[in-house]
Amino acid sequence: MEFLFYMGDVFTPINFGLLLLGTIGGLILGATPGLSPTMTVALMIPFTFKLEPQQGLILLGAAYTSTVAGGAVSAILLKIPGAPANIATTLDGHTMAQKGEGAKALQLSFIASAIGGLFGVFLLIFLTPVLAQWALAFGPSELFWLAILGVTVIGTLDSSSVVKGLLSGCIGLWLATIGFDDIMGAQRFIFHSSVSGGINVIPALIGLFAIPQVITMFAKGPKGTDAEIIVVQHHPIGKAFNEIFSRKRALAIGTAIGSVIGLIPGVGGQIAGLVAYDQSKKMSSESAKFGTGHPEGVIAAESANNAMVGPSLVPLLTLSIPGSPTAAVLLGGLLIHGIFPGPTLFTQYPQVVWPFINSMLIGQILMCVFGLLIAGWAANVARVPPAVMAAVVLGLAVFGSYSVQHSMGDVYVMASLGLGMFFLERFGFSAAPLVLGLILGPIAEANFMQGAMIANATVGQMAYFFTGWLNWLLILIVVASIGYSIWMELRQRRYTTKEDAQA
Amino acid sequence: MSTDLPRNQHIIASGLISAVGITVAYTSFTQEPAGAFVFPRLISSVFAVLAIWTFVKAVLGCSKVGAGISGVEMRNMLPGLIVTLIYAFWAAKELGFYTATTIAFFILLTIYDPAPHNAPMTWIKRVLITAGFIAVMYGLFAVLLNVFTPREIFS
Repeated sequence: MEFLFYMGDVFTPINFGLLLLGTIGGLILGATPGLSPTMTVALMIPFTFKLEPQQGLILLGAAYTSTVAGGAVSAILLKIPGAPANIATTLDGHTMAQKGEGAKALQLSFIASAIGGLFGVFLLIFLTPVLAQWALAFGPSELFWLAILGVTVIGTLDSSSVVKGLLSGCIGLWLATIGFDDIMGAQRFIFHSSVSGGINVIPALIGLFAIPQVITMFAKGPKGTDAEIIVVQHHPIGKAFNEIFSRKRALAIGTAIGSVIGLIPGVGGQIAGLVAYDQSKKMSSESAKFGTGHPEGVIAAESANNAMVGPSLVPLLTLSIPGSPTAAVLLGGLLIHGIFPGPTLFTQYPQVVWPFINSMLIGQILMCVFGLLIAGWAANVARVPPAVMAAVVLGLAVFGSYSVQHSMGDVYVMASLGLGMFFLERFGFSAAPLVLGLILGPIAEANFMQGAMIANATVGQMAYFFTGWLNWLLILIVVASIGYSIWMELRQRRYTTKEDAQA
Repeated sequence: MSTDLPRNQHIIASGLISAVGITVAYTSFTQEPAGAFVFPRLISSVFAVLAIWTFVKAVLGCSKVGAGISGVEMRNMLPGLIVTLIYAFWAAKELGFYTATTIAFFILLTIYDPAPHNAPMTWIKRVLITAGFIAVMYGLFAVLLNVFTPREIFS
C-alpha cells in the first residue's frame, strides 16, 4: 500500500495542473485522426525538459491515458478511429451515433474506458513491485536476453512480416551502436558529425513517429475534411451508468482481456480492442446485435483498450523493457531525466514512480469526467484540414528535436530517420521494433559485454549465456514468439492464396 | 507495367537495405579495436543475413508486405517533401527557426490546402493561421522553455 503514501503528491497545484493539461490535451489530440498516442507523447517530451521528473512523467502519463480514450470520439462520431486502438469501437459506436445514440455511445465509451483503465492501473500498482523484487535476481546474461526478447517480440508480433520486423529491430540495434564505445572509447560508424555523440533517443522518436505521418498526409494531396460530424443529442449520464452495470459481462471480458494483453510486450491496444470485441460477441446472448449499434460492442472494445495502458508499463518499470511503442517513448521521457527503470526503480525513485502511477489512477477519473464534457466539441478537431495538421506536426518536430540539446544535429537526425522510416513503412517495415532496438541496444550491449567478461573469468561464454533456467526460459520465449509469428504468417498466406484461387 | 512497380520498388528498397547491412557488417569485422566491435559484429551479422534474405525474396517476387509508393502519391508528396528537406536541412539554420518555420508553414498550407487560390479570404485565412501558429511556437519555445534557436536572418 506504499502508493497511498504518495497519493498527496498528485494533488499539488503544479502536478494536478499538469495532470489536467495532459488529460484535456490528450483527449483533444486523441480525437484527431492521424495523431496516434505514441506520436502525441513523443511530441510532448520536449515540453517536459524544464519540469521535474515527477511532473514530466505525470504530463506524459496523462497524455498516454487520454489519447487512447479520446480516439473513441472520432471513432464514434466520424467512423474514423483516432488511434488503431479504437478500430473495434467504430463497429458499434458509429452505428449507435447514426441511430441518434451518439451521446450514449460516448458516455458508455468513457465510463468503460475509465473502469477498464482503473483496473489496469491497479494491476500495475500491485504487480509491478512484486515483479521488481523478482527481477532483482536477473544478472547480465538474463538482462541481455530480456533486451533481445523485447526487440524480437515486438519485431515479430507487431509486424506484418516476421523477417522485416526482425530486420527493423536489427536496424534499431545498429543505430544504437553509433557513436563512441562506452568501454574502449573507440569511434563506431560515425559517418557524419551530427551523430558523433550517438543518436539521441528523443529526436529519433519524434522523427520515427511524426515525420512518416506528415509525409503520409502530403501523399494524400490537397484534401479537405469531408468527414460529417454527427450531432450529439442529450442523454442522461445516470442511464449510461445503469447500462454499463447491466452489461457487466462485456465490461469484465473487455477489462480482463485488455489487462492480459497489455502485459504481453508488443501486442497493442488495437489487438486488445478487437479480441475483446470478438470474445464479447461470442459470449453474448445478443451476439446477433453486434455490429448493428450494440452497446456491448462499445463497452468491450473501450474497456479493453484502456485496461491495457497500465499493464503495458509493467515490463517497462520492472525490467526496463517497454511493452509497447508508447511505453518506449515514455522510457525516453524517463531517460532524459536521468532515471533508468528497472528492479531498483521503486527503491531509488519512489518519489517519482509512485506519483506517476497514482496520477494515472486519478487521470482515469479525470479522463472520464472531461471526456464526457468535451467529447462533442473535441470531434470538431477532425475538421482541421490535413495540410494544417501536417505543417503543425512538422514545425513541432523541428522545434522539439532542436530543444533537446540545442543542436542542429538532432534536427538532421530527426528528419533523416523520419524520412527513412516513411519509405521503410511503405515496404512493410515497422517503426516499433526499430525504436525498441534503438532504446534497448545500449542495455543489450552493456549486459552482453559485462556478461562476456564474467563468462571469460568463470565458466565460458556458451555456458554463461545458454545455461540456467531463466536464460532458457527467455530464449524459449524468443524462439516461441518468432515461431508463432512465422506460423501465423504462413497460415495467413495460405488462407489468402486459397481465397484468391476461389475468386 | 504498373503491376511491376511495387516489385521493382521492393527490389530497390531491399537492395539499399542490404547494401547498408553489408557495409555495417564489413565495417564491424574490419575496424579496430576489435573489442569495441564485438556487439556490432553480432547484430550486423543478423542484420546482413536478414537484409539479403529480404532482397532475394524481392528479386524472386515473393515480397508480399508493403504496397510501395504509387505515382500519384509520389506526385502529391514531392512538393511537401522538398519543402521539408529544405526547411529541416538548410532554412532552419540559415534563416533562423521562426523565419524558416513561417515560410515553410505558409508554403505547405498553400500547396496542400484545397481551398480556391483565387479567393482573397483563403489567403487571409492562411496568413492568420500561419501567424497564429508562429505566435504559439514562440510562446511555447522562446518564452516558456527558453530555447535559444539559431539567430534569425532579420534580427
